[in-house]
Amino acid sequence: MISVKVVLFASLRESLGESVFSLDLVDGCRVCGLVDTLAKSRGQNWRDLLSAEKVLSAVNHTMVDAQQLLENGDEVAFFPPVTGG
Amino acid sequence: MVIRVKIQREDFDLQAETRSLAGISSAVGGVNTFIGVVRDINDNDNVSSLFLEHYPGMTEKQIKVIVAEACDRWDVIAATVIHRIGELHPGDQIVYVGVASSHRGDAFDACEYIIDYLKTRATFWKKEKTTDGERWLETRQSDFDAAQLWNDK
Repeated sequence: MISVKVVLFASLRESLGESVFSLDLVDGCRVCGLVDTLAKSRGQNWRDLLSAEKVLSAVNHTMVDAQQLLENGDEVAFFPPVTGG
Repeated sequence: MVIRVKIQREDFDLQAETRSLAGISSAVGGVNTFIGVVRDINDNDNVSSLFLEHYPGMTEKQIKVIVAEACDRWDVIAATVIHRIGELHPGDQIVYVGVASSHRGDAFDACEYIIDYLKTRATFWKKEKTTDGERWLETRQSDFDAAQLWNDK
């Protein structure tokens, strides 16, 4: 079992009503498995929003794809396309 | 090479930042700057305020990577990027990009490269308050296109 920190930003944070929480996952879990876990425990809308085509994810401040393997203590972020500048 | 990246709520002093870049080395021959400002009209709606959030830790790291890429590509002596967060209003300064170089061509190109990639890669998000309510902005295709052009050059 591993534990990760999940952080959400901008419209995703507002739509899902959470900004940061910790989550226990099975060993060998990938980002897509994390989304499956959230969809099962919190509702299908989590999958719809976190797996949306444009949504980006990062692990420990580095952009990753859904196949990224997670490790204990990782910080996993989900956010919409950026709009700074 | 001196790289400064700041993310802050408070305003910045354009003249002080630019003067600091110009005086950083006697080899500096020119400083090019870009200032982003909050518009009062966006997509035909009146904007009353803008809220900017970022991903503390990641955003700073991403901007440093973008600036380092520009330094690899052009002759850059010093670069400063300042990005504001929190609530801003029309006319407020949002972002400062300043690049000091020995020659103007490098300063112009490096400055444009940094702002083009900052807009498409750095983790900032803008929420607008307009007369029609609040909305999160979406990245413009023209911003992706501008960044993509650097890959082809």
